[in-house]
Amino acid sequence: MIHSLFLINCSGDIFLEKHWKSVVSQSVCDYFFEAQEKAVDVENVPPVISTPHHYLISIYRDKIFFVSVIQTEVPPLFVIEFLHRVADTFQDYFGECSETAIKDNVVIVYELLEEMLDNGFPLATESNILKELIKPPTILRSVVNSITGSSNVGDTLPTGQLSNIPWRRAGVKYTNNEAYFDVIEEIDAIIDKSGSTVFAEIQGVIDSCIKLSGMPDLSLSFMNPRLLDDVSFHPCIRFKRWESERVLSFIPPDGNFRLISYRVSSQNLVAIPVYVKHLISFKENSSSGRFDVTIGPKQNMGKTVEGVVMTVHMPKAVLNMNLTATQGSYTFDPVTKVLTWDVGKITPQKLPNLKGIVNLQSGAPKPEENPSLNIQFKIQQLAISGLKVNRLDMYGEKYKPFKGVKYITKAGKFQVRT
Amino acid sequence: MPLSHSYPHALSCPHSFSPHSQPLSHLPSPHPFPIPILSLVPPHVPIPSPPAISPLLSLLPYCAPPRSPVPILFHVPPIPCPRLHVRTPHPVPSPRPHPMSPSPCPHAVSPLHSRPQPVARGPAPSSKPRPHTPPSPKAPPRKCSLLTSAGAGGSGRRGGQVWAGGGGGWDGRERSSAIRTGAVRGCLRASPRFHRGERGGTMTDSKYFTTTKKGEIFELKAELNSDKKEKKKEAVKKVIASMTVGKDVSALFPDVVNCMQTDNLELKKLVYLYLMNYAKSQPDMAIMAVNTFVKDCEDPNPLIRALAVRTMGCIRVDKITEYLCEPLRKCLKDEDPYVRKTAAVCVAKLHDINAQLVEDQGFLDTLKDLISDSNPMVVANAVAALSEIAESHPSSNLLDLNPQSINKLLTALNECTEWGQIFILDCLANYMPKDDREAQSICERVTPRLSHANSAVVLSAVKVLMKFMEMLSKDLDYYGTLLKKLAPPLVTLLSAEPELQYVALRNINLIVQKRPEILKHEMKVFFVKYNDPIYVKLEKLDIMIRLASQANIAQVLAELKEYATEVDVDFVRKAVRAIGRCAIKVEQSAERCVSTLLDLIQTKVNYVVQEAIVVIKDIFRKYPNKYESVIATLCENLDSLDEPEARAAMIWIVGEYAERIDNADELLESFLEGFHDESTQVQLQLLTAIVKLFLKKPTETQELVQQVLSLATQDSDNPDLRDRGYIYWRLLSTDPVAAKEVVLAEKPLISEETDLIEPTLLDELICYIGTLASVYHKPPSAFVEGSRGVVHKSLPPRTGSSESAESPEAAPSAGQAAEQPAVIPAQGDLLGDLLNLDLGPPVSGPPLAASSVQMGAVDLLGGGLDSLMGDESEGLRSDVGGSPAMGGSGFAAPGPAAPAGMGAPLGSGLGDLFDLTGGVGTLSGSYVAPKTVWLPAMKAKGLEISGTFSRQVGSICMDLVLTNKALQVMSDFAIQFNRNSFGLAPAAPLQVHAPLAPNQSVEISLPLNTVGSVMKMDPLNNLQVAVKNNIDVFYFSTLYPLHILFVEDGKMERQMFLATWKDIPNENEAQFQIKDCSLNADAVSSKLQGSNIFTIAKRNVEGQDMLYQSLKLTNGIWVLAELRIQPSNPSFTLSLKCRAPEVSQYVYQAYDAILKN
Repeated sequence: MIHSLFLINCSGDIFLEKHWKSVVSQSVCDYFFEAQEKAVDVENVPPVISTPHHYLISIYRDKIFFVSVIQTEVPPLFVIEFLHRVADTFQDYFGECSETAIKDNVVIVYELLEEMLDNGFPLATESNILKELIKPPTILRSVVNSITGSSNVGDTLPTGQLSNIPWRRAGVKYTNNEAYFDVIEEIDAIIDKSGSTVFAEIQGVIDSCIKLSGMPDLSLSFMNPRLLDDVSFHPCIRFKRWESERVLSFIPPDGNFRLISYRVSSQNLVAIPVYVKHLISFKENSSSGRFDVTIGPKQNMGKTVEGVVMTVHMPKAVLNMNLTATQGSYTFDPVTKVLTWDVGKITPQKLPNLKGIVNLQSGAPKPEENPSLNIQFKIQQLAISGLKVNRLDMYGEKYKPFKGVKYITKAGKFQVRT
Repeated sequence: MPLSHSYPHALSCPHSFSPHSQPLSHLPSPHPFPIPILSLVPPHVPIPSPPAISPLLSLLPYCAPPRSPVPILFHVPPIPCPRLHVRTPHPVPSPRPHPMSPSPCPHAVSPLHSRPQPVARGPAPSSKPRPHTPPSPKAPPRKCSLLTSAGAGGSGRRGGQVWAGGGGGWDGRERSSAIRTGAVRGCLRASPRFHRGERGGTMTDSKYFTTTKKGEIFELKAELNSDKKEKKKEAVKKVIASMTVGKDVSALFPDVVNCMQTDNLELKKLVYLYLMNYAKSQPDMAIMAVNTFVKDCEDPNPLIRALAVRTMGCIRVDKITEYLCEPLRKCLKDEDPYVRKTAAVCVAKLHDINAQLVEDQGFLDTLKDLISDSNPMVVANAVAALSEIAESHPSSNLLDLNPQSINKLLTALNECTEWGQIFILDCLANYMPKDDREAQSICERVTPRLSHANSAVVLSAVKVLMKFMEMLSKDLDYYGTLLKKLAPPLVTLLSAEPELQYVALRNINLIVQKRPEILKHEMKVFFVKYNDPIYVKLEKLDIMIRLASQANIAQVLAELKEYATEVDVDFVRKAVRAIGRCAIKVEQSAERCVSTLLDLIQTKVNYVVQEAIVVIKDIFRKYPNKYESVIATLCENLDSLDEPEARAAMIWIVGEYAERIDNADELLESFLEGFHDESTQVQLQLLTAIVKLFLKKPTETQELVQQVLSLATQDSDNPDLRDRGYIYWRLLSTDPVAAKEVVLAEKPLISEETDLIEPTLLDELICYIGTLASVYHKPPSAFVEGSRGVVHKSLPPRTGSSESAESPEAAPSAGQAAEQPAVIPAQGDLLGDLLNLDLGPPVSGPPLAASSVQMGAVDLLGGGLDSLMGDESEGLRSDVGGSPAMGGSGFAAPGPAAPAGMGAPLGSGLGDLFDLTGGVGTLSGSYVAPKTVWLPAMKAKGLEISGTFSRQVGSICMDLVLTNKALQVMSDFAIQFNRNSFGLAPAAPLQVHAPLAPNQSVEISLPLNTVGSVMKMDPLNNLQVAVKNNIDVFYFSTLYPLHILFVEDGKMERQMFLATWKDIPNENEAQFQIKDCSLNADAVSSKLQGSNIFTIAKRNVEGQDMLYQSLKLTNGIWVLAELRIQPSNPSFTLSLKCRAPEVSQYVYQAYDAILKN
């Protein structure tokens, strides 16, 4: 099981270590540094590294490497999932999962880690339970604590810890009972040169924010549940009910959580909301090239495409770019060769266009690779898959909750080849 | 290698060659040969036309450039004997791998992960620049659990200060004191983080890391003993903080322990943290804490009880552990499940410290009882603890699962936390269900886990399903449902974080190899996105190739072509290589792949061109004489090749197609200039290519070939190169026709399926889905530290319906089914096996057979050289005979040792075996087909061989008639078989009493056994034979009737027959018509019985006679038959059912042959 954890920042400092069994020397991280050097790019550090006596399984989140040391045959996914959970918890507690936040709250971090893992076995990882055991720091609480002498460590056994619903704490009370569901869909797509779709799928999630008193039992139904055939559920969902009735029935955790995530992949179902007309060419034997890109909306069901940003990794030989944008602003970083064009909202009447001259290193051969255009966009109040929530019912409690559903479609890994 | 370690002295010095040996006229050899080259074929013997296939095929590997890391498997030469072995003039006692050996068997590969040598980075900041860290030569040992080190290199104490700065939030006084220490001054300037940190003010914990004043310990001591709770707590916090940054606060031990008796849980936790750190270094004082632990274990608050038992286990002090047993025992039976589940983990901790104690105290049994606990979390933790303990005791039956406990686990599975589910699923995967029904019911209950949000749960569930699916019959509806259910969760894993994707992809790689049908429609999800991390990209590419098929090849190629223009060099290379692999895998796409590769070559990007050339070489190997038109394009890029592999590939292409390249000589000559600067593989290729060129265009290239031969033999220190040079030289100067046969031999085609994991290993790895083993594609025994006798896991055998599983007789049949893949391995790592064959005797089989086989091998290769070496062979052989592996080399050779063996009459040494075969031709056993001519005299320099196969009383014989139709006496016969489907091998050497005079025939009965090496042949009953005599080695292949393999105990019990018949899936049933047979049922039955086909039951249904019959093959495969005979109809209908349906056709042929004769 998980032996030790090292937190390492981007400059290679080990700024926190925690051991659940015997102490493993820091020098084990040297193997990690070695791999990091080899990988050049931080994102390319392999997640599983072997050393003579240990295995290092790492994740990279928020500019921090979470490197865990294991000694026996352990499912690596288990470790990776756990590490992400640790990062999530920090995020949850401190609002950000940064080196500063962790250092500023080192005692809480330490208590959390102690609580999350015992002898390498996960102990309590549900945010609701952890928050009962260790109260998250707030300015108010630390002031109160310093006056009253009370602590931020709960001294009773969290009620959820062993119940059949370990994700919910008991005695939740709100004056305004609210339940919000955000249906967020991301389109992953690869569009080829000619504009046809090579690959497209929708990654959807329903994130919930439930602030309901007591033990509410909710059921959420959809207009078109048939869309959801590949779904991952939060443990709170009753699987059998879904199998038989296609209704999400659950006692929710308190606060924010991801209810389900789903994937819609059959190609014809995925409407691509934007199109890109592009012309990027480099002249043979000349140190310049042309760049001309237009983005337009397509099949957006009457909704506005906004927050459009295009990023392009230009070939190494590109020195700088001289462009004019009809809308938005562009920047080109000559060091990383990344062109970013912040377009904003697309109005169908006047399509945003960016064009101009690309200056190449003189004498360098004509670049071989054609840059891929990476597009980001957002469409409010639309789930591109067509998924619609039908109704939410609550049982078990008497009050009337306020319910809200929000839809949003975003670009995921959306790339256009040129 | 059965090669001599001593060099034949005459060869080691080319200059001492005796002058009278004349090389062949058209090749003026620069150095006369030491050995007079005598042709063993007297001039008056008409030399028959050369055999179609080269006798010295083990040279073949030299004929193509070696491939490195992801080798394409090369087929074994189809005809020649595998043990055929060329004794090179300079036998090299080399452990080096065969140059062509791609070593496809992962077992043979060196340890999975190159373990990097520890770097001397150590705790000191050496190589890694950490600008703000003051260099410190040595960090003090850090006992602390939590460390801050703004510089990993800074000493603990300094590190603490640095962090203090980083965290900010200190008052002016403290700050100045920190600065005064000087150690951190640089850091303060260097690190911008400091300013950020100061915002934190007194709110943050950073304040605990500030004090460095003298008397700090003293002050803390006072605070710890303060009456005020709050002050106490703050003090303990400071102590912990000091501890975590590496300060030694052990002096405060008694004071801290005093704080333990408190109601404040946070304080208690902090004290416990302190204890865990210092107990080990202060064991005597730690005992002070024991009382508190014992007391806390009885606290009314379960949280405190659990905390105490949790902490106790972390204090790794032997003295204390004894005191822990009682409280632990109590806690294991605690009324609160939270305490029980914590106590379960504590047992694992204790076991780690003192295994004996845990066993003596009976904690293991208590732990086992907890598996039946009412609380699912307790069950999960008990399983986790037991699994961990079991890992260090692989033999113990700690996790002895039975259907009842499985049921408990399955119930707990639904209710416990995600982590608990992982433990339970991993535990379930080790269970072996007793039949397919149980397997199915477990699968049904595990399937909902596939929708879990936690990817580790999903993958563990996939493991259980993949394993138990093995037991389900494929015609079951449920089987199909399950296959469909597996795809979506696997695909979903690919949308997770890149680290998760990586692990998932490594596992999918295994799953795709085992059951390609699961993901065959999901090709697109493996398309690479340009911002995927490189490790994900490479894995996706691998899976794309595995999923490539005719249906999706167009898409795949378009994608691969796209990737080939990406920026990342490694990825581009792999993409180009993948195009080649697609061409080889999907024949219909080859043309498109080649044109894609040509397009890529046109880009002139150096590394793309080189990769493309390397894969085109493989395509030429796979589809010879098909795409030569591209050679011109390839040649244009000759100058840009700078990587050895690409150069070698190009040279190979030029040599191979020398006759079509007008300026091949110029091209090759241009390489020759820098011969000695080339890498070995290029040199070897160049040598072979020039020899090929010479053989194809002898007139213009004599000079060139001489140049390369002398470069290779005289100026090179590389034994490989030198040896190959000598061989070619000799071949060319002795017998250019033979040289042609050798060097220009038809090359075996390379295999289509590339770098598959060996099936047995794959099956084992499937059992390890989701673990490190699945990431490394090695069994844990290959890399887990110490690997404490890891038990190999294997997939459950595919059992039949429950009835058959319950009857005891069914067990062996199930076993056979499982064995089956091993009996007839798919054509996998043939080359590897071929190469290994020479290295040692066959693994199984009686020593007699083994040694005789070995002798044959040695002999044939001896013979191969005889013709090259002439008189010298005598001396050489005696040299060689000295090495133990060659012990029997003289046996059938004309050397001094030979007469004893040769003169011995039949049965002298091998009596038993030979007696059995005494009555050649007198048929008492199964049907024997008339002899046919296997090897016509035309093809074998006058030796004619005809023969047949027979089976009598359990032994198989090959009855041969050797006829000498040449004008010369023949002697020194030896025989050898290539590996074949059923492992047929000679059980004794070929015994020919006396030399065979011209026009004389001899009848020989060669006993066979079935313990030889196995390789699936096509057709299945194909047998490739090599026969050697004093003249040459000859090859022929023959088909043996399958009924010689029907064993005597092939009669099945009726009940068992029924069960097995039902059990074998219908798709395995094959139906045949036996025409024109006029026998009645009884005659048929008795006739078949003679050949070991047993009639189990006879029924008369509607006027037809139904015979139910069974037979068993030597390798344990059962074949069940139903023979329908209609009285008026001369056509019989034969239905065969067998777990290995491929044998059915041959069984039918056997039936047909038996019944018609």
